[in-house]
Amino acid sequence: MSVDTETVRRIAHLARIAVKEEALEPMTGELNTILDWVEQLGEVNTEGVEPMTRVVDTQLRWRQDEVTDGGYPERVTKNAPDGDDGFFTVPKVVE
Amino acid sequence: MSEATKSNLLQGVTGDWEVVVGMEIHAQVQSKAKLFSGASTEFGAEPNANVSLVDAAMPGMLPVINAYCVEQAVRTGLGLKAQINLRSIFDRKNYFYPDLPQGYQISQFKDPIVGEGEVIVDMPDGTSFTVGIERLHLEQDAGKSIHDLHPSKSYVDLNRSGIALMEIVSKPDIRSSEQAAAYLRKVRAIVRYLGTCDGNMEQGSMRADVNVSVRRPGDPLGTRCEMKNINSMRFVQQAIDYEAMRQIEIIEAGGTINQETRLFDSRNGETRTMRSKEEAHDYRYFPDPDLLPLEFDQAWVDEIASGLPELPDDKKARFIADMGLSPYDASVLVSDKSRAEFFEAVAEGRDAKLAANWVTGEFFGALNKNGTAIEDSPISAAQLGALVDLISDDTISGKIAKQVFEIMFETGEEPAKIVEDKGLKQVTDTGAIEAAVDEIIAANPDKVAEYKEKPKMFGWFVGQVMKVTQGKANPKAVNDILKAKLDG
Repeated sequence: MSVDTETVRRIAHLARIAVKEEALEPMTGELNTILDWVEQLGEVNTEGVEPMTRVVDTQLRWRQDEVTDGGYPERVTKNAPDGDDGFFTVPKVVE
Repeated sequence: MSEATKSNLLQGVTGDWEVVVGMEIHAQVQSKAKLFSGASTEFGAEPNANVSLVDAAMPGMLPVINAYCVEQAVRTGLGLKAQINLRSIFDRKNYFYPDLPQGYQISQFKDPIVGEGEVIVDMPDGTSFTVGIERLHLEQDAGKSIHDLHPSKSYVDLNRSGIALMEIVSKPDIRSSEQAAAYLRKVRAIVRYLGTCDGNMEQGSMRADVNVSVRRPGDPLGTRCEMKNINSMRFVQQAIDYEAMRQIEIIEAGGTINQETRLFDSRNGETRTMRSKEEAHDYRYFPDPDLLPLEFDQAWVDEIASGLPELPDDKKARFIADMGLSPYDASVLVSDKSRAEFFEAVAEGRDAKLAANWVTGEFFGALNKNGTAIEDSPISAAQLGALVDLISDDTISGKIAKQVFEIMFETGEEPAKIVEDKGLKQVTDTGAIEAAVDEIIAANPDKVAEYKEKPKMFGWFVGQVMKVTQGKANPKAVNDILKAKLDG
C-alpha cells in the first residue's frame, strides 16, 4: 500500500491539518516509508486467526445508568478562546 | 416487501414511476446518563451544564459504556423482531464539525448490536405491509450549533453531545410518502411502548434521514438522494413527494440523478443540494481503540425478552380476538401507547365494543377538534367508563349520553352528577310512558288509522313520544308499549 501527494493533501484537509504545498512531497515519502514498514506484517500467515482486541484477558467495563458527572459548564468552557453566555463560540458555520 | 400497487405509482409525462424509499431513524435512548459518560441527558438545561470532560473530549478522557443504554438497544431490537448480536464493535466515524469536539463520533459500522428484523405497518385504509430492518446500531449524538444568535459566530452547546442514539436502518421497502410516514409512526409507537425512546420529534429525540429514488415499475433501483435530519411526519412526506417529482422530471428530460445529500427546506417544501461530491464526507471508519468489543450472553437477552411489554401488534390481535373489536378500531387504539392504555382502562370490566365506540368516536373526536393531547384530556378514563356504565344500565340512552359527554368534556364533571343536575335520567317508568302513549293516540285518531294501512307510520309515533318525554324515555319501553297499544 502507498499514498500519492493528492491523497496526502486530501487526508490533511479532512483532518484539518495545514500542510504547506512544499511539505506535501516529503511527507508523502515519509508516510510511504511507514506504510512499507507496516506492510511487512503481511508476510505473517494469519489464516483463521481472530483479530486480537486485547493483550490480557479482560472485558469491556460497564457503568450503571447514574448521573455522576457534569454540572460544571465553567470548567468545560474554561479553555475556550472565545465564548459567550455559557456557549462555545466559533466562526459562523452553516451547511 | 410491498408490491408496486397501481395506487402508489407516480405519474410522469412519459408514464408511471415507482418511488423507492429507505429510512434511517435516529432515536434518542431514554436513559438518565449518556452513552459513555455520567453526565445527565435531561433536555433544556443551561448551555454546557450537562457536559462531562469526556463529552467535551478533553485530553486523556476515556469512554465507559452505560449498561442501561445497551439494554435499551437490545430491547428495541427485540421489539423490531430483529437478530441480537452478542458481540458488536464500536468504531470511530471521523468528521470535522464544531459541535463534535472529539473529531469523531463513536458509532458501530461493520458489527452493529442488532441485525435484521421487520416491522409490520398498518395503513389508514386497513391494508398493511412489511418493512425489513437492515440493522440497529448504537452511537453518540453530537452537540448543537446555533447559528442565529450572532451575525458572524455560531454558538455551540454540548449538552446533547454523547447522548445515546439508536440508528434504525430500514431496507428500501417503502413505496410512497404515506407509507414512509406510517412506518415512522409505527416505529415511534414501538419505541414508546418499549420505553426506549420518547419519540418526541419536536424536541429532536427522534429524527429521520430519508433516501429516495425512482424507477420504472419492475426495473432495478435508481440512483438515490438522501435528505438528512427531518424532524416531523409531515416534513418526511413533503420531502419525499417533492424529491420524487424532482427526480422524475430530471430523468424524463433526459438527465441523470447525482447521488448526493440534499437539504429539505421546510419553509418552501423543497430540497436542494447540500454537499457537492468533492466535499462528500469520507468518514475513515476504524475500530475505536478506547473500547473493547461489546459482549453479553444470550441469557441476558432472554431476561430482557421476558420483561418486554405487550407490543402494538400483539395488543391489536388481542383486542380483536378477546374483545371482539373490528381490526380498524383495534389498530386505531393501539397506534399510540397512551391511547391503548386509556381504552383499556375504560373497557376494564365493561362492554369492550361499547367502550371502543366511545373512545374512538366521541372521545378521540373531541380531542382532535380541540387539539388536545390525550395526556391533557379533561376527562379521565374512569369518568368515561362511568358514562359507559350509565348507558349499559339504561340510566341514559346513547343519544342523551352524547349530550352528557359534551358537558363532561367542557367542565370535567362526573357523568352521574350531570345526569342528576340536568334531570337527564331515562324514563323507564312504564306508567309515565303509557300515559304519554295514550295521550298521543287519543289526540291523533287519523294517524292511528293511517298506521293500520302503513306500518311505517310507527316511527312517527316513536318520535312523538320522545318529543313529549324530551328524549328521556327508554326507547325499548316506548317500542314495546306503542306496539301493544297500536296493534292491540
